[in-house]
Amino acid sequence: MIFLDNLINGLSLGSIYAIIALGYTMVYGIAKMLNFAHGDVIMVGAYIAFCALQYWGFPPVLAIVAAMAVCTALGVTIEGLAYRPLRQAASLAVLITAIGMSYLLQNTALMIWGANPKSFPRTFINGTTLRIGQLSVSSATIITILANIVIMIALTLFTAKTKMGKAMRCVSEDRGAAELMGINVNRTISVTFAIGSALAAIAGVLLCSSYPILQPTTGSMPGIKAFTAAVFGGIGSIPGAMLGGVLLGVIEIFGKAYISTELGDAIVFAVLIVVLLVKPSGLLGKQIREKV
Amino acid sequence: MKMTRAKRSKIIYNIVTFALVIGAFFILQSMIDAKTISRSLKGQLVPICCWIVMAVSLNLVIGISGELSLGHAGFMSVGAYTGAVISGVLVNLYGVQDTTLRLVIAIAAGGVMAGIVGALIGIPVLRLRGDYLAIVTLAFGEIIRNLVNVLYIGTGDGRVYSSILNKKLPEGVTMLVDGAKGAVKIKPISTFMAGFILILITLVVVLNLVNSRAGRAIKATRDNRIAAESMGVNVTKYKMMAFVTAAVLAGMAGALYGLNSSTVVPTQFTFNQSINVLVFVVLGGLGNILGSVISATALTVLPEVLRAFADYRMLVYAVVLILVMIFTNNPTIRAITSRLFAPLKSFFRRAAKYAPAVGGAVKELGGEEEGEEQKHE
Repeated sequence: MIFLDNLINGLSLGSIYAIIALGYTMVYGIAKMLNFAHGDVIMVGAYIAFCALQYWGFPPVLAIVAAMAVCTALGVTIEGLAYRPLRQAASLAVLITAIGMSYLLQNTALMIWGANPKSFPRTFINGTTLRIGQLSVSSATIITILANIVIMIALTLFTAKTKMGKAMRCVSEDRGAAELMGINVNRTISVTFAIGSALAAIAGVLLCSSYPILQPTTGSMPGIKAFTAAVFGGIGSIPGAMLGGVLLGVIEIFGKAYISTELGDAIVFAVLIVVLLVKPSGLLGKQIREKV
Repeated sequence: MKMTRAKRSKIIYNIVTFALVIGAFFILQSMIDAKTISRSLKGQLVPICCWIVMAVSLNLVIGISGELSLGHAGFMSVGAYTGAVISGVLVNLYGVQDTTLRLVIAIAAGGVMAGIVGALIGIPVLRLRGDYLAIVTLAFGEIIRNLVNVLYIGTGDGRVYSSILNKKLPEGVTMLVDGAKGAVKIKPISTFMAGFILILITLVVVLNLVNSRAGRAIKATRDNRIAAESMGVNVTKYKMMAFVTAAVLAGMAGALYGLNSSTVVPTQFTFNQSINVLVFVVLGGLGNILGSVISATALTVLPEVLRAFADYRMLVYAVVLILVMIFTNNPTIRAITSRLFAPLKSFFRRAAKYAPAVGGAVKELGGEEEGEEQKHE
């Protein structure tokens, strides 16, 4: 029973990682940059949802929509102001800028909402507990796993069928050639950031429904772990992010349950290092040859 | 032997760096002797030395070797813990009371231990590139922090006890490292003199390395890995050399830092601390050693001086980090700033014609001056 309990918790946590990892993997695949601030967009989304529920009296669904809208705007703004001027710059410069952006978001949140942790309110997401035999499962767990599946299917269809999705795949394959074919690269990258940030808002609400402590650093650890998940699954690949996220969540929960609670994070990062050494392109990633 | 212009300006740059550091030391030392130094500044002296060493060593990895390491604080914590434990063991088991001897052994041990950890991390990590390398160094920093969080070391009955995860050391053992409480009951033995000597050692090591055959190989690897490789440069070896040297120096700085206070806790060496050092390096100018020294000093002293500023420190850091990156890397903005500075540059060029030696130094410092200007924007 404990095994099954851990497995379900792991799947739920892994689903959150997977949704965050999708944002990382799409941005990395298309803009070829590691958006370090992605984890903090999650935190902003969670805070917006919190304010909407607690102070503005929004119904839960509307609160999630508000969080998504704010995060989408935020993601597009960040991309336009900080990353676009560095499109041609070395990856080191872009990465340092992204770290700066992450700090900017965290410290702005610190000034607006303060350092004291806020307790995320109960909504329909985490309101009830289901009993199946001896097993008791929170509704947040089930909704998280379902949301993950829906998002996965929607994104796969989006990239496969729509015009914008095809443009995204083109840009990720060869930016120069895509531009020559008349694809607006800047707009494509903006849309990618918009989708990634909207997903981050959903992930933020789901994360805080399961672990209801909200503070300015809430997003950074899940963000880093989700990046680990994206690398684990093969960065740039959407099914890879899904698989990597779910596996990582399960590994983390089992590691905490059976090895050591205090070393949970260390186990996750050790997995990342082993994966990168054995299969640097990840589980579902493609090996790309470097040409001179 | 005829000296080339580039070589001469390099030598002048090194002389200026050493002169500044030594001059600052003597001024501060005489202020301490005359007791005109403020209390808060006096307390800051050893930490400033540590941060200078941290910034210079990280600059070796980021600026010279071109790899972003986000786990530099991890090496510092390895050094701090090693230093605290060695110092405690020397007192408790061997009765070494001479503080200078203890400090020297502790700092050396901290450096060696961090060097070993750096080598262990470097072997797998340096095969990776760019962003992956950054994230893996970050992961290693977190793993080190997680491990020291569950580390227990104590002395008693003439031997050292240690355990990981299990709190149960035998009764009557004097704890040196107590899990999440960190290294406890350290007797502060760090001195400003030791910090100054450590800075000198760091500068000699790093500046010599940069201007040596190995340093040129490291820079060639940074500029174009494939080209360097095809010229017969052993890329992994030279990247490793820079990485391990930086780790050793960070470990020594960590030992000095740890032995400057009575406790060392794991939360002192988080990812945030690595970012702090990164800010020093970026603001001082990537690859500019003197710049790192100046920015590490200024950014450690400033928050102390401007109390009101302290609350907004991280916010300002973040904005500055983004602005410096955009201003130094965006082609359009760079063209505009270089046009703005053109009269200044031509003035220096004319000055260089009449006074070649001074001009060389100014030219070498030019990059940094530009960095300073951008800081104010």
